[in-house]
Amino acid sequence: MNRSKAFIRLVPWLFTIALFVFWEIICRAFKIPEFFLPPPTAVFKATYDYWPAILRNSWITLESTMLGFLLAVGFGLLLGLVIGWSRTIYAGIYPLMIGFNAIPKVAVVPILVLWFGIGFIPAVLTAFLISFFPIVVNVATGLATIEPELEDVLKALGASKLDIMRKVGIPRSLPYFFGSLKVAITLAFVGTVVSESVASNNGIGNLMLQAQAQFNVPLIFAGLLALAVLGIVMYWLMALLELRMTGWAQRSGFAQN
Amino acid sequence: MEPGFVSLTGVSHRYGGIQAGPEGVLAVQDLTININRGEFAAVVGPSGCGKSTLMKLATGLQFPFAGSVRVGGEEVTKPLKIAGMAFQAPTLLPWRSTLDNLLLPLEIVQPHRSELRRKKAQYVERAEKLLASVGLGGFGSKFPWQLSGGMQQRTSLCRALIHEPQLLMLDEPFGALDAFTREELWCVIRDLHAARGITVILVTHDLREAVFLADRIFVMSQRPGRILVERKVELPRPRDLEVTYTKDFADIVHELRGHIVQARQ
Repeated sequence: MNRSKAFIRLVPWLFTIALFVFWEIICRAFKIPEFFLPPPTAVFKATYDYWPAILRNSWITLESTMLGFLLAVGFGLLLGLVIGWSRTIYAGIYPLMIGFNAIPKVAVVPILVLWFGIGFIPAVLTAFLISFFPIVVNVATGLATIEPELEDVLKALGASKLDIMRKVGIPRSLPYFFGSLKVAITLAFVGTVVSESVASNNGIGNLMLQAQAQFNVPLIFAGLLALAVLGIVMYWLMALLELRMTGWAQRSGFAQN
Repeated sequence: MEPGFVSLTGVSHRYGGIQAGPEGVLAVQDLTININRGEFAAVVGPSGCGKSTLMKLATGLQFPFAGSVRVGGEEVTKPLKIAGMAFQAPTLLPWRSTLDNLLLPLEIVQPHRSELRRKKAQYVERAEKLLASVGLGGFGSKFPWQLSGGMQQRTSLCRALIHEPQLLMLDEPFGALDAFTREELWCVIRDLHAARGITVILVTHDLREAVFLADRIFVMSQRPGRILVERKVELPRPRDLEVTYTKDFADIVHELRGHIVQARQ
């Protein structure tokens, strides 16, 4: 039992290593040129060679992403509660939001640049715009799925709508909310990088764009790797937060063995 | 006839409430029912006959478009705080312990709401006593999902009783339980009713349950529902589960079954 648990902890690392090994073998076996698809060893070497630049730009990307994400959390939570509160508001706002979400955010960046100039602010706003939607939808879903019987029990006691919201609605939508954070954080990275590669002098997105201009393909892949690591770490933090805050909602053994 | 503690007179109501308008399907029509203070009443009928509507009307969750609903001599114009409710699903909050689930009504209903902080210890003691009285002593710190279905349903009953309501409304509370647990809970309800002298209205499909528990049984018709038959149950109290195997008991069940079969046609 204990051994299999330890093995499950190792599995993600084993899979990652296997992927890199597979990638290396393919590159060598088919003699793929480095400027087309660099093998992992070249990517790691580029990471090592350009470490200061990668580190500095990673921080900038992380900063923009986190700020945009925090904005999305605040705004998404608020809008989700408002939409879940009233059917009228729901009917009014929901189609607008779907329409807005369907717009490719890369198309919005030039407008943001027009308003705010290039750099930090468009990156933050793009991260925000791309990541608030799943939060809103999830919070609203949590509120919309309150059991009608429970509502009756409370209403019969004289509970106001605010009471029901506080005692049932909000706690009930928390697992949905924390679940959506995992989706939102990864989307926020997408937003930041999109904006950085279109309109910024900083960040991993910009670093990759410059590397591309110099045909430094291993560095492009090193940038991708840095993004992947950032994404995994932040996702993991959100998953941890979810488990801590709403452990009561995760007692199914379905995916645990 | 003397109006009872709960009294519906000539009540008609549509699904979806008054807003449904004249197109709405009639749930109950010209329904008259009188239930005395301290009485245990059971309402049986074919499915979809408006039993649950009857409950919503009697607790002021919905208002009829015709007729009058009076509880304790007063017209019902808003949700009734003197009522406790329990349903087929226990609807406990999974993020609260059993004890905190019981305290939920006290966080909402006045005057407890404003006194909760000051009298917390007293309320916790009351909740623990109530849990002990249904055989759940010491389970207060468990979460609902750590309890069996029967235990969850007992907790739900306790939640309905914690604010000491004068009227207990039960909507098929044992429908989802196995036969043994159901009979166990019949006895729990029987004892609670005997000890507290509260008025109980039980909506059920189970005729044996109705006969075992109730003083009077009302048979409802097919939709739109109204009361077809009113049957007094004169089996002596306190009733033991053994009574369910006597001929008198079987005769009443059989008679009621006949009414339901007729109502379904």
